[in-house]
Amino acid sequence: MSLKAFHLIFVTLLTSLAFGCAAWAFQAGSVVWGTTAIGAGILVIVYGIYFLKKLKKVSFL
Amino acid sequence: MEIPYTVKNRPDTGIYNAKLGVWLFLASEVMLFGGLFSAYVLLRVGAPEGHWPHGWLDVRFGTVNTILLALSAITTLLAWAACKVREFGKFKFFHGCTILLALMFLGIKSYEYHDKWIHYEIQLKDGTFADGHLEEQDDKQVVLHGRIVKDEKDLYDLRAQKDIQLGEVKIDRASIVKMQNYGPWHNTFTAIYFTLTGLHALHILGGTLVIFYLWGPGSKMYKTDPERFTNRIEVSGLFWHFVDLVWIFLFPVLYLT
Repeated sequence: MSLKAFHLIFVTLLTSLAFGCAAWAFQAGSVVWGTTAIGAGILVIVYGIYFLKKLKKVSFL
Repeated sequence: MEIPYTVKNRPDTGIYNAKLGVWLFLASEVMLFGGLFSAYVLLRVGAPEGHWPHGWLDVRFGTVNTILLALSAITTLLAWAACKVREFGKFKFFHGCTILLALMFLGIKSYEYHDKWIHYEIQLKDGTFADGHLEEQDDKQVVLHGRIVKDEKDLYDLRAQKDIQLGEVKIDRASIVKMQNYGPWHNTFTAIYFTLTGLHALHILGGTLVIFYLWGPGSKMYKTDPERFTNRIEVSGLFWHFVDLVWIFLFPVLYLT
């Protein structure tokens, strides 16, 4: 597995963490933190798409 | 003597030797951290009712450290990508950023450790407990910035308590039964917290040293053998990503639960 594939796993888990944090924040009653975490999650998804396009020619192996 | 398969893929494994080596190493690391995470779960489910701490760690510091490590993973990837397209200047910049981000992470972690080190719980002879950060102490008295509670259980779930009033608490040495800071010896939570985060911080430190070497003196190889150097950057990046992944699990487990 190349760094590209491992980075994709990392980005996926980071997205899960961001949305998980948002759920935690909303449950704790913090709307600001929750909204920020959702924004961060979306940002990470956008970055993930960007990085996949940028490293299109690099192998996953 | 030439070391084989530093650049070309080995026919039987399909990858170059260093990559196989780092994955075998990371497999052992999974077992190490997996064992400690299991220990955490067992300690937590085995804790008596109401005796597992909540809200002892500052979520803001944890969040900032998560962002720093996430950014460092990105800069590591960009450094590797820059090496692949032979842009040495960009590589230097991105890997320099990785080192700075890692040092910032360690700085914040050190501050958090220090905060726990000067945080004391004092059992008093009248059955109450004083809790707070040590401001000063001498032979006669101890001064904390904190509060006094009647039951030790009141110190466990800080998240459930709103508007905790803190102030200066002066305690006569003669009235102290037991005085202990929030070090690893304080309870099972602090023990597993310091073990997990300490081991993780050591990995960050080790990774930073390797990345610093590759950024500094080790980067000479780029001029003589750029492909092999790029593979070295990939291997160090794989380790760095693993360390970042560990933090992605550590953060919610320790800071949010």
